[in-house]
Amino acid sequence: MRHTYTNPIYRYVPAEEQRGGPRRRHPVIVVGAGPVGLCAAIDLAQQGIPVTLLDDDNTVSVGSRAVCHAKRTLEILDRLGCGQRMVDKGVVWNLGKVFFRGKLIYSFNLLPEPGHQRPAFINLQQYYFEEFLVDRARGLTGIDLRWQHKVVNVKPQDDHVALQVETPDGLYDLECEYLIAADGAHSPIRYMLGLETRGQTFHDRFLIADVVMKADFPPERWFWFDPPFHPNQSALLHRQADNVWRLDFQLGWDANPDEERQPEKVIPRVRAMLGDDRPFELEWVSVYTFQCRRLERFRHGRVIFAGDAAHLVSPFGARGANSGIQDADNLVWKLNLVLAGKAPDALLDSYDDERTFAADENILNSTRSTDFITPKNGVSGAFRNAVLELAGDYPFARAFVNSGRLSTPAVLSESPLNTPDSDLFGGAMTPGAPGADAPVTCNGRPAWLLDQLGNEFTGLYFTDRPLSEPTAALLAALAAGPIPIRTRVIMDHPLALTDPLTGLVDVQGLAVQRYSGLPGTFYLLRPDQHVAARWRTLEPGRIQAALARATAQETTP
Amino acid sequence: MINKLRVDLHVRQPDDLYEALMNLHRNLTDEQSHLANAKLILLLANHIGDPDVLGEAIAIVRQSLGSNAAL
Repeated sequence: MRHTYTNPIYRYVPAEEQRGGPRRRHPVIVVGAGPVGLCAAIDLAQQGIPVTLLDDDNTVSVGSRAVCHAKRTLEILDRLGCGQRMVDKGVVWNLGKVFFRGKLIYSFNLLPEPGHQRPAFINLQQYYFEEFLVDRARGLTGIDLRWQHKVVNVKPQDDHVALQVETPDGLYDLECEYLIAADGAHSPIRYMLGLETRGQTFHDRFLIADVVMKADFPPERWFWFDPPFHPNQSALLHRQADNVWRLDFQLGWDANPDEERQPEKVIPRVRAMLGDDRPFELEWVSVYTFQCRRLERFRHGRVIFAGDAAHLVSPFGARGANSGIQDADNLVWKLNLVLAGKAPDALLDSYDDERTFAADENILNSTRSTDFITPKNGVSGAFRNAVLELAGDYPFARAFVNSGRLSTPAVLSESPLNTPDSDLFGGAMTPGAPGADAPVTCNGRPAWLLDQLGNEFTGLYFTDRPLSEPTAALLAALAAGPIPIRTRVIMDHPLALTDPLTGLVDVQGLAVQRYSGLPGTFYLLRPDQHVAARWRTLEPGRIQAALARATAQETTP
Repeated sequence: MINKLRVDLHVRQPDDLYEALMNLHRNLTDEQSHLANAKLILLLANHIGDPDVLGEAIAIVRQSLGSNAAL
C-alpha cells in the first residue's frame, strides 16, 4: 500500500514526577490525545488552566478514520486558534448526491445561504486533524503533553482523582482535581471504573477503502443505494486531501472481515465502483461494524467522559468526532469557572444534562440512518426501495431518503442554564442555540461575527445610534463583574460607531436578520458561543440573573 | 387540538375500493406487493400529513396484533 502520509513520532519524555520533581495536584488531567482530548487541552490552556494530557501512544491516528468535519467543529477550532489550517488543507464541500440503482435521485446543499465564514463540511483525514491540533497545543504554554504515558489505574476520591501511569521507565502516580476521560470508544478509564454503555449494536459490516488516484469527480458526497457495481448494498464516495478518496462499501453481516480487507478482495470492488481502468493505489483499508450507545451519565464525580468514551454512533452523519468536539467545547468553560471558584461544582452537572441530550439526538439520527441504509427485514427493505423509487418523480419522498443526517450542532433547548424568552423573538437564535455567524466589519476591516464571540461571556448589543453615556456605563459595569460580560456593540451603519475598537458594523444586515436584532436587543452568549438569554431592552438586573443561572449559581427560586 | 383518525365509514363505494386494492396486487410477487403497499402508504401518509392521525392509525394496527407481535 502506498502512503501519502507519514505518521509523526512524538518522543516519550519522563515526567517531572518520575524525575523526582515535586508531587503536586494537577488541576486537570486529560486522558487521550485524540481530537476531543486535544481540543479540551487546548481550550483549557487558552483559558489559563495548566493541563496535562496523557496518551498511551506516540503518534496521531493511524488511518484516515474520521474525515468529515462539520461547520460547528471548524467554528470551535477557530476559537481554539487552528481552524484556518484545517480548512486550507481540507477539501471543502457543501453538496451531497444520492443515487439509486445507478440513477441520480436527489441532491442536497448543506449550506444554502451565503455569509458564513465556514463551509458546511471539510474532509480532512484524522491524522492531519490531530497533527494540526498537536502543533497548536505545542505552541501554547501550559500544556504538558505526555506521549506513551498510559493510565493503568484510576481511583476517584472525594477531593481528587488518583492515577497510576505506566511508561517505558515504569510506573508513577499522579493526582488531579478533575479528570477528563477522552480515551476513545474502548475507553480504558470506563472499564477501570466498571461503567457500561447501553444501546444497540448493528448487524452489518462495512468496508472502508482509501485510495490514491487522480480523478476529476467534484468535491461532493456521493451515496449509492443498490448500485449496479455493488448490487443490493450501499456505497459512498468522498474526496479527502492529497488526492485520497474515501470509498465505503456495505458488506452485510455475513461478510468475513479478514478476507474482505485483503487487497485481492478490495481492488475488484474499487475497480467496479470507478467503472474504468484509471490507476489507483490502496492507502488504507478497514472493515468495521458499529454501535449506537452511550454511558447513562457522562459525569462521574470528578471523572468526566467526553467523545467516543462517552457515546458511540454509526459513521453515517459524521456525528462521532464532531459531537465529541462539542463535548469539549461545552465542558472547558465550566471547569474553568469551577476551578477559579467563580461557579459551584453543580455547573459541571449541566455538562451532563446538555451533552447527554445532544448524544441522544445524535444516536437517534444515527439509528434512523442505519435503519434506512440497512433494512432489518423484507418489508423494511420494501419501504426503503419505495421511498427511493418515489423520490425520483415525487419531491416529497426525497425528504424521506436518509443516507445519513449530517452533523448539525445541538440546540441545547432543554438546558437548565437557559433563561427562557420573556420578550417576543423570531428566528433560530433561541436560548441554547449556538450563535450564528455573519459578516461584519471591525475597526473598518472585514471580520466574522463568531470570531468576536466566546472564551468568556459575551454580550451582543444591537443599536442604530451611538451609545448614550448611561448605556456605555452599564456595559462597562457588566465587563467589570466577577464573571465579566464583554459586550460587542453591533451597529447597522458605520456612522453610529462610537468606539471603533469594540463596535462591529453589520455591513450586509445579516447579523440583524439572523439574530432578530431590532435596535435595543441584547444577547447573552456563553463562552462556548451558545445563547444563554436575550431581551429586547438592556436591563442589568435581568442580565445578572441570567448570568447567575447560566453559571448554576441561582440563589433565589 | 389533536386531530382524530376517522373510523366511521368515509369511502362512498367500499366494494370499489377493495377491488382497486386487489387489482393493484393482482399477479404480483410477495416482494412486489410489499413494495406496492409501501408506496401506497407513503403516498397516503404524505397526503394526510397530520402526525396525530397517522400515529393513531399506527397504534391501532400495533394493538390489533396483540402480544404475538414481538417488538
